[in-house]
Amino acid sequence: MTEQAHPAIAHDAEEVARRRWLEDTTARRWRRGAADFIRQRPLGTAGAAVILLMIFAAAFAPVIAPYDPYEQHFTGIPLPPSGEHLLGTDAFGRDMFSRILFGARTALLVGFVSSIVGSTLGLIFGVVGAYFGGKVDEAIQRVMDVLISFPLIVLAIAVVAALGPSVGNVIAAITIPVIPRVARVTRSSGLAVVRMPYIEAARSVGVQAPRIMALHIAPNVFAPYLIMLTAFLGQAILLEATLSFLGLGVVEPDPAWGNMLRGQGMQFLDQAPWLAIAPGAAISLAVFGFNLFGDSLRDALDPRLRTA
Amino acid sequence: MGRYVIGRLLLMIPTLLGVAILTFVLMRVVPGDVVELRYSQSGSVSQDVIDRERHLLGLDRPLQEQFVVWMGQVVRLDFGTSLWTDRPVTEEIGARIGITIELALIAALIATLLAIPLGVVAAVNQDRWPDYAIRVFSIGGLAFPSFWLGVLMILGLVVWFHWAPPLIFIPLWKDPVQNLAQLIWPALAVGYRYSAVATRMTRSSVLEVLREDYVRTARAKGVRELFVVSRHALRNSLLPVVTVISLEFAFLFGGLVVTEQVFNVNGLGKLLVDAVAHRDYALVQAIVLIFSFVFVFVNFIVDLLYGVLDPRIRYA
Amino acid sequence: MTPRGEGCNVIQRVVIPVFATAALVMAACGPQQATPAASAAASAGASAAVPAQQTPVPGGELVYIVTAEPPTFDAHQSTTFATLQPVSPHYSVLYKLDPAENVSKIIPDVADGMPQISADKLTWTIKLRQDVKFHDGTQLTSEDIKATYDKIISPPKEVVSPRQGAYASVDKVEATDKFTVTFKLKYATGSFLAALASPWNYIYSAAKLKQDIKFYEKNVMGTGPFTFVEYQKGSFWAGKKNPDYFIKGKPYLDSFKAVFITDVNRQTTAIQSEQAMIEFRGFTPQQRQQLSSALGNKLAIQESPWVCVNYISYNTTKKPFDDVRVRQALNLAIDRWAGSEALSKQTIVKDVGGLMRPKGPFAMSDTDLEKIQGFSRDGKASKEQAKKLLADAGFTADKPLTFKFLNRNVTTPYEPVALFLIDQWKQVGITATHDVKETAAYTADLRNKNFDVGLDFNCDYFDEPDLQLAKFYSASGLGKGLNLSHYDDPQLDKMIDAQSRETDVAKRQTLLKDIEKYAMETKAYMQPVLWWYRILPYNAKVRGYVIGSNHYTTMDMANIWLAK
Repeated sequence: MTEQAHPAIAHDAEEVARRRWLEDTTARRWRRGAADFIRQRPLGTAGAAVILLMIFAAAFAPVIAPYDPYEQHFTGIPLPPSGEHLLGTDAFGRDMFSRILFGARTALLVGFVSSIVGSTLGLIFGVVGAYFGGKVDEAIQRVMDVLISFPLIVLAIAVVAALGPSVGNVIAAITIPVIPRVARVTRSSGLAVVRMPYIEAARSVGVQAPRIMALHIAPNVFAPYLIMLTAFLGQAILLEATLSFLGLGVVEPDPAWGNMLRGQGMQFLDQAPWLAIAPGAAISLAVFGFNLFGDSLRDALDPRLRTA
Repeated sequence: MGRYVIGRLLLMIPTLLGVAILTFVLMRVVPGDVVELRYSQSGSVSQDVIDRERHLLGLDRPLQEQFVVWMGQVVRLDFGTSLWTDRPVTEEIGARIGITIELALIAALIATLLAIPLGVVAAVNQDRWPDYAIRVFSIGGLAFPSFWLGVLMILGLVVWFHWAPPLIFIPLWKDPVQNLAQLIWPALAVGYRYSAVATRMTRSSVLEVLREDYVRTARAKGVRELFVVSRHALRNSLLPVVTVISLEFAFLFGGLVVTEQVFNVNGLGKLLVDAVAHRDYALVQAIVLIFSFVFVFVNFIVDLLYGVLDPRIRYA
Repeated sequence: MTPRGEGCNVIQRVVIPVFATAALVMAACGPQQATPAASAAASAGASAAVPAQQTPVPGGELVYIVTAEPPTFDAHQSTTFATLQPVSPHYSVLYKLDPAENVSKIIPDVADGMPQISADKLTWTIKLRQDVKFHDGTQLTSEDIKATYDKIISPPKEVVSPRQGAYASVDKVEATDKFTVTFKLKYATGSFLAALASPWNYIYSAAKLKQDIKFYEKNVMGTGPFTFVEYQKGSFWAGKKNPDYFIKGKPYLDSFKAVFITDVNRQTTAIQSEQAMIEFRGFTPQQRQQLSSALGNKLAIQESPWVCVNYISYNTTKKPFDDVRVRQALNLAIDRWAGSEALSKQTIVKDVGGLMRPKGPFAMSDTDLEKIQGFSRDGKASKEQAKKLLADAGFTADKPLTFKFLNRNVTTPYEPVALFLIDQWKQVGITATHDVKETAAYTADLRNKNFDVGLDFNCDYFDEPDLQLAKFYSASGLGKGLNLSHYDDPQLDKMIDAQSRETDVAKRQTLLKDIEKYAMETKAYMQPVLWWYRILPYNAKVRGYVIGSNHYTTMDMANIWLAK
């Protein structure tokens, strides 16, 4: 990276900085961005650390877990945390620590799939509606309205009752309400963007609709999309817990934080609080992590919000 | 403006129709029906009894016929009778709708009172400790499962004060103290969650607006910060906030379902869960229609507000 | 200009508040770790901490919890305790269980004395009390009894009578004179007195029934100790003392309120905060523990075996469950005695028994029971036998038996029982996946043969083999809709009929033993897992209640009083 690449020789600092920025490779930019992020936004970094911890736990659960999460040592009484069982056992003698680790798998699966699929579909619908306007927009909005005003509980019970309770069906039940909510928000942000003169300009020059939507509109509604996506990452985990409360989530004996909290957790609240604290803390930590990270990420990416 | 209003009103109809069809189909697709359920409690009832009861309720007619009959009733505002209790649906709902509405309104009030001031303070103090504290606090609202929060709340009250919220509902005008003593707790649980997204939306929205040129101009002119925020920034930042609050209002009704169970509040949410479990088609269909109507209506109001807040949209 | 850093310690900001809140609440709840000693002590005494009976004191309002709402007020048509628990205080029956004993002793309610039975046992003559009045002032006569029982035994087409089958032996009911009723039977049966003592047979007014046969579905007008005050849907049911009740001096209470609470934790906190005093169905051992540590000697606890049980139902119309060896293997794999030990500490099941309630009047002795497959104390040997049978049936380590185990989405006690069974089956190489469905779908699947193996249940109000064996008749015959293993077995039908007609108690006992062995072992159609156990922790101020073996009977509250 030398000044020989440029015809003129720059002398002032700003010019140097500008050229340096131009010559920066993407990789270096990403690395520097990450370093800045960690330095400037400890909350977001903490969130990211939690997420990485979760992913690590989920990925290596079979290796790290000291016991088989299904293995029962039938005592009828939960054992408190001890050297043998880091987080104690539940009333069936199953090791809580192992169950929490394996529960991370379910949580991540449910969280990522439902929020990413749901948010992306919502983004598509929202942008398409905002761009085309008119009848297309109206039609999409009506469908979204129908989906959104439909109580999640009825939808969830119907999906799970008709198809049976399985992780896949729980994901389906949670994805559906995400779509219209993201669509609404991206549409309202998209509407503001669509009115911008440069969109009109692009259209008149002959740029194809999908290209406009993908390259010009979508990036500008990226901020609300990302907020909603990260919000739903955590919310999906919470929704699984709520569905478990109503008896519709992932079923025993599969380990999932929601059914651990609602099942043994709530039953033994008084006598064995660790049965509730462990999954409750896991859920809360996950949601905190996703949200803190998402917030800070959005702050970092949106140039209008930089404090400098 | 008038045409805008009428246009939006008319658009409510296809939405409600869509919801009606979706509910009808979903409920019928799901296995099990109210008759089997009624007699599943003791586990020992013969098939003849079940067949006879099914016939009495008209559940053995073809689906299209049932749908047409139901739609005809709805149009005349007759929602039929509950299959489980054999009382008019309007009676079942009427006994509970006031409670849910009151709960939703108190929760929304709590949420708004929390979200807007907190969001503004966080935005104005970006990246300083009030901002962090508020962000963590508001995320906390999203981080706990609501049934968990509810159970802990009640348990805390019982263990520390040997007092639990009243079990029986008394309308606000008859005994405001008992009414609020019962409803404030679920309203807090729900309102706290409801405020979470709204707080962050307010914060980010105010932040965006504070960067705008006209705000910089106002500052450069020497306008006091308070007026910069309240008079110039706030109004324009409210648009996406209003979207989110309205959106979340529908989510709130869903959230009430679990909260009502945990706090034993006799509201529509609890009724809906029981009705779905009982396969009480008439009741489920009516309640879902009500929930959707509320949502669609709230959106209608929001669209009107858009028109007021942002004149550009009015003439779109 | 560098941006202000986020500086402050993240641990302080995020992690501590979360854990602190949770820890604070937990700490405040007290160090309630259930030690084995504590719960053993709690479950050992059948009536721990019940204050000595004193003289009843009149007055006061009883607030009790009912965990579900009544779908109908007409007990003739209902099959749920949710009708009986709030509504029974308003009605009387012909005969009832003695509330002072509440298990098997039958005494008259509106009847005057026990029935006179003819020598051929086909004619039952019952005299009625002459001082019974309905709440509207009219006097009770034999016409009312006849109208009531006609509705139950031969219902007109607008009403349903789920227990009609129990009265198949009745030929006709006659009002022979103003205060005498005669039941003429087609054949003698040992269970008729129990049938007359059914808690579901509220005595209704003949006049009201003539006006409108469906009157009692939405109205309350009986002869019971309490008159109807109010029903606030979803909230509570209230009644007050009937000043003209035919037993002078009763009821002791001035009024009662039945509060509807569905959430389990809310039920516990309601009793813990003394908002409600008692719940009549049953609590889990954990709830008992929580209440007893919180309330100490303000709490009384009564416990009792329960005429409720879970059955393992095999879909005999589906392979491989048509093979009796597979069914026997599934049964042998279960170590019920070990299960009873552990499960009784965390949910409402306890005793090991066959088709008759263990420790009840018709149960076989433990020594006899242990000889039957699946009930041996030697769990290991049984499991070995199970593995052999599976191998005989063609299942090996490479080709293990795999199926879906259908269950209801009700936690207590279905979930822990299912988890126990799945684990037991795993230990003999069977992979059972837990297929939980909410009640409507579960019921539909069981009835429509859309399952492999399922967890069924049965609750009765009385120890009466006719009631407990009703499920075992052939699925295309008398067991239609009740027999969820969907088998047809004329021999078993004959055996059940024979015991029903047998009036000699000892002979009936032998017939029952044969039936149990046949149904559970030889044919392995259906086996019970564990019988349920009632635990009733309640506010010690409530007196006059003796726990019974079921949650349906003696709900008229006439004997209950409140200590100051």
